[in-house]
Amino acid sequence: MNTTLILFLAFIAVTLGITAWASRLSGSSASYFAANRRVSAWQNGVAVAGDYMSAASFLGIAGLIAFFGYDGFMYSVGFLVAYLTVLLIVAEPLRNTGKYTMADMLAYRLHPRPVRAMASLSTITVSTFYMIAQMVGAGALVALLLKGSGISFHVAVTGVGILMIVYVVFGGMIATTWVQIIKAILLISGTILLSFMVLAHFGFSLGAFFTAVSQVHYHTPDGAEVVKDFLTPGLRYKPPYGALDLLSLGIALIFGTAGLPHILVRFYTVPDAKTARFSVVWAMWLIGIFYILTTFLGWGAATIVGRDFIAKNGGNNMSAPLLANALGGPIFFAFISAIAFATILAVVAGLTISASTSFAHDVWTNIIRHGQEHNPGEERRVARIAAFVVGAISIAIAIVLGPTANVAFLVALAFAVAASANLPVILFSIFWKRFNTAGAVAGLATGLLASIILIFIGPSIMTVDAPTVAPAARHIIQHAPFFPLENPGILSIPLGFLGAILGTLLSQRDPAGEEKFAELQVRANTGLGAEKAVAH
Amino acid sequence: MPAPPTPEPRTPSANATVWNRVAQTDDFKKLLAAKKAFVLPATIFFILYYFALPISVGYFPAFVQRKVWGPVNIAYLFALSQFIVAWVIAYLYVRAARGFDSRAAAVIKDLGNLEAKGN
Repeated sequence: MNTTLILFLAFIAVTLGITAWASRLSGSSASYFAANRRVSAWQNGVAVAGDYMSAASFLGIAGLIAFFGYDGFMYSVGFLVAYLTVLLIVAEPLRNTGKYTMADMLAYRLHPRPVRAMASLSTITVSTFYMIAQMVGAGALVALLLKGSGISFHVAVTGVGILMIVYVVFGGMIATTWVQIIKAILLISGTILLSFMVLAHFGFSLGAFFTAVSQVHYHTPDGAEVVKDFLTPGLRYKPPYGALDLLSLGIALIFGTAGLPHILVRFYTVPDAKTARFSVVWAMWLIGIFYILTTFLGWGAATIVGRDFIAKNGGNNMSAPLLANALGGPIFFAFISAIAFATILAVVAGLTISASTSFAHDVWTNIIRHGQEHNPGEERRVARIAAFVVGAISIAIAIVLGPTANVAFLVALAFAVAASANLPVILFSIFWKRFNTAGAVAGLATGLLASIILIFIGPSIMTVDAPTVAPAARHIIQHAPFFPLENPGILSIPLGFLGAILGTLLSQRDPAGEEKFAELQVRANTGLGAEKAVAH
Repeated sequence: MPAPPTPEPRTPSANATVWNRVAQTDDFKKLLAAKKAFVLPATIFFILYYFALPISVGYFPAFVQRKVWGPVNIAYLFALSQFIVAWVIAYLYVRAARGFDSRAAAVIKDLGNLEAKGN
């Protein structure tokens, strides 16, 4: 039997064991949705890092750096710096004023039903799009990594989907958190080990390593051999719009992270704001180390394995596993591949729980039931059904799209929506007294629509492909794009802010909401009245 | 712009006046001022420092491609410095936040006094 499969089955066995253990603890809503708010700072820090370091990072960023050098590293920088927005502005007020979802804080002093409806729509949009991207990637990888084990794309996608449903439905937030922690530790260990082996390959000489990186040989599609300096920017983001696209990407990354619902819900699992603060610092260490090391993975793959070989053996997403194979043989390849699976599985579980929590808590309990459960345990039951539905829909869409579908834009879309719709409303609800319900609804709607429309008319969807491109990998609309940038943030984020500002100024003042601003400020800054950890 | 749909009565907090009185205390105002004095400049600094990277990389390629140490150029070192700067700001925030915590504790004590006076 295939070694990757054995290691992966071991991961599944351990995580299912945790799920079984957690299912006996998940007896209340605070337990199911927020792990009883008893997760410690380091545990939550590792879990946040785990939720954040998706397969798109491990495989995707390493692959981008292997193929385009420096430009891929630009993602890594933005991914870490983004946590300063989380640390300085969002994490503590969110923990102090909310219960289970991002909408809790937004609806605090506004009319709850319209605000929750829009916030939930935005949450579910971000989570589902992000999840479909991960699932398509997962299925495509499985087909490559488990070659010869008889596992097809359909089986892989369905398997990943069913496992994530099991974690979330039976284990709730406690199981999801521990799955995340185990995966993050595996991922970081694997990355450190692989980077160490890259350095060892160069005789532990950074000079030799960077010299190799500065002269990477490969062949262009038309067969010409080229030598490029992979420390030099500009291999991916080229004129005329490259520089602007890079800037737009940066804006979406550093403002989007603080609006990603599956990251925000993590701060409800800790006892108080101070623990939330320390957990962000833990996460920043792990995330920073991981993303610095992505250059060793990517450049290691470019210099040791070679771009030509990677292109012929699965494409840039296979850079890290192929590097492991070159340095440590089939066993190490199996180990790194198993980590890639674990990563995908943990991230989709995190996305599923944030989407289903938002549906159960925001839509069902607060909008349909006006804030009161009619039957005890109803909110949890609805969340479990929602998790099942979200999972099933994602499996179906991923299978319909197929393994070669071009889905990277869905990740860009998730960050753009988070930055353009969620962040302006989060900021205004904390800092702007006059901010009202119409502003929140308008800001969320404008940010969401602007992101979706600009992605839709941008080069991710609209591009004329060369005749050599396989039909399944073609862009959806074969037409020159109307909007020139892959990343819409530079336009959609200002539009989100503008929507929130105009919505507020053009509608009537809301004296009751402004009255509650003092209360929100006191609670957000002192933790008075915040949700407490559940005692044993 | 969409008008606010059906206004649902929001239950005013039972002790809304207490929240307002806490918000008016000197200790709370000092807490907000202390936070603002750190968070605002720190945020402006990290945003400017961060955007200096894509701007210099995108618009001043000749400058960032200058080699400083063997093949290592300014672009790579500038990118690495972003990690260091982010960690340093996080460290400084955690240190400053100790002061916020003790100010918040003072506010909570004030609240105790307000309630003891029969509010």
